Amino acid sequence: MSLNSLSAFRDRDRAEKLIRRIKNRLTRSWMIMEMCGGQTHALLQSGIDQLLSPEITFIHGPGCPVCVTPQSTIDKAIRLANHQDVILTTYGDMLRVPGTDISLATARAAGADVRVVYAALDALTIARETPNKQVVFLGIGFETTAPANGISVIQSARLGITNYSMLSYQVRVPSALKMILDAEDNRVQAFLAAGHVCAVMGTAEYLPISQQYQVPISVTGFEPVDLLAGIDQVVSDLESGQWQVQNAYSRSVSASGNPAALAIIDEVFEPCAREWRGIGQIPDSGWKIKDQFSAFDAEKKFDLAVESEVFDSVCIAGQILLGQKLPLDCPAFARNCSPEHPLGAAMVSSEGTCAAYYRYRREYA
Amino acid sequence: MHDFSCPLPSADFNHSRIQAGHGSGGKMTADLIRNIFQKYLISDGLAQGNDAAVLPIPDSTGRIAVTTDSHIVAPLFFPGGDIGRLAVCGTVNDLLTSGAVPVALTAGFILEEGFRISELERILKSMQMSAVEANVQIVAGDTKVVEKGRGDGLFITTAGFGWIRDDFQPQGDLAKPGDAVLVTGTVGDHGMAVLCARGELGFQSDIQSDTAPLNAIVEKLRQTAPSTHVLRDPTRGGLGTTLNEIAVQSAVSIEIDEQLVLVSPQVRSLCDLLGFDPLYVANEGKMIVILPEADAEAALSAIRSCKYGENAAIIGRVTSAARPGVLLKTALGTTRILDSLHGEMLPRIC
Repeated sequence: MSLNSLSAFRDRDRAEKLIRRIKNRLTRSWMIMEMCGGQTHALLQSGIDQLLSPEITFIHGPGCPVCVTPQSTIDKAIRLANHQDVILTTYGDMLRVPGTDISLATARAAGADVRVVYAALDALTIARETPNKQVVFLGIGFETTAPANGISVIQSARLGITNYSMLSYQVRVPSALKMILDAEDNRVQAFLAAGHVCAVMGTAEYLPISQQYQVPISVTGFEPVDLLAGIDQVVSDLESGQWQVQNAYSRSVSASGNPAALAIIDEVFEPCAREWRGIGQIPDSGWKIKDQFSAFDAEKKFDLAVESEVFDSVCIAGQILLGQKLPLDCPAFARNCSPEHPLGAAMVSSEGTCAAYYRYRREYA
Repeated sequence: MHDFSCPLPSADFNHSRIQAGHGSGGKMTADLIRNIFQKYLISDGLAQGNDAAVLPIPDSTGRIAVTTDSHIVAPLFFPGGDIGRLAVCGTVNDLLTSGAVPVALTAGFILEEGFRISELERILKSMQMSAVEANVQIVAGDTKVVEKGRGDGLFITTAGFGWIRDDFQPQGDLAKPGDAVLVTGTVGDHGMAVLCARGELGFQSDIQSDTAPLNAIVEKLRQTAPSTHVLRDPTRGGLGTTLNEIAVQSAVSIEIDEQLVLVSPQVRSLCDLLGFDPLYVANEGKMIVILPEADAEAALSAIRSCKYGENAAIIGRVTSAARPGVLLKTALGTTRILDSLHGEMLPRIC
């Protein structure tokens, strides 16, 4: 893909053509969930949600890795960071996520060695350059980050590095999707699956879900034209009473995914249940590091028992992540909860639904 | 599945220590200044809330504009500039925003033990060349050396002053409904050039910083649009944050059209890759000009005739509003809020 090619997917004429086509198909109203926070931001940033309102209601899904990382994982990272022999590395977005008492940003300001890196391999480089310190990478994310996080473990094993490990919190989309569909009060009638996730995993995992629940799913990219193409596909299916998995992002996604990335995931990780912040435990919704790589698993390498206290809060991020409520329904939204003073992680991350509403739709609060 | 509560942290709100986001130029910086600095430092000059303070000269009708600026940048040398050029241009441009004719600068250098003299020479040479270009003199300096590990190579703090010569005196609180909003060129170049030059992202690009003194552009404005209301350079926090500052100061709404804001293709592509919005990326050679609509076209042609102003464009207008803020018309014709930058801008995770 050439660097300048994205402009075509922002083209106003193409977008308007698609909007007209979607509107022509519509005979009634539908509720569509976009799974990923990146899609949520793109919808609100471009105003597609306004253009297709009121016929189409977008329900914003739980696909923000920062938002669903549990408080206990943050607490463990802070505990590690406070150890004088540890350099704690992570993505920049993770720094402001509230733990039980403080965030990693606060821990850093108080003297902990917390460093922002762009990728796990950067953390591994720090480990090689700083042999007298234990370097821990807080590696979170959906299927998109798993290959890059996993390769750091494989590399460490190959190179015999003893001062690198990962505090891993990897989650997967399909189980969350099923949980949403299984909920008694589910209102979602179609899904826009996240292109970045499917670029790694392919589309096969979504076929049985679409069949079992009779729900149309379309894989989309993150530009206005990408999103509209996916919306057009699911609306077409919804209006004709059909369901299938379609790919509106074929320039990046193939049905079988990325074999090299999948091989890394398969080598390093195995499926497990995961706790999702604000939602709870979801079976088979994540990956953990395999036993053969225990030496690089911070959970096993260090004593990380923490007591994470869940406070009573006005924050309704859990319901928002499940598409049951909108940020505008939250009494704290844009009042005592803002990106500077987030009460919940959905306001922290650049991909969080609350942050998106705060940035683009605050006037309606 | 247990209850849907998102855990509320209690102790993290008060920001009892400085965090990196306090230096972003966005809301955290503004809060720090308002809640901490302005609690203790009180003066007529600070109360003006502009990039340079305009002060009376005793026994004279003339007035003087004064500003100060600290410069930390990694790396010290980047495509299109270096910390020395940045220090001179940043200070000169801050003076220009008050309508002053910049006259002289001072510079304080905090050097880290072990810093190469050859690099210092390169930086000083660049400062002198930039000063000549901006028609200012560097008239006083100071040098301190800190132990190795207690500085980041070199920090430069500048002060600058200039004369207010006439009635051309833009201020942040003078934007009026009906005014046109103009930007003197593409946005986001400096921030992305520096980010690439750090080499941490593994990208190489030919993006050049726009660091430049804007005397010529402001001089043209003085001639063609003497009743210009606001001049402000959109540095840290970018165009979006600076427009919000002006909107609040002037108690107006500012509406801009996304498609009229120029972003170079290289900056746009890199921002797309990283999940950045170029409207929040720093500039060091651009000016936001808010002026009566009637003067806008003449001012635009005049600015376009200047070096550093070739890509100037009118991007929107000022309207009255119950709630001050910035609205952005998207490419699809919808309207949304364009907020200030919150914290630091970070690459997306997935």
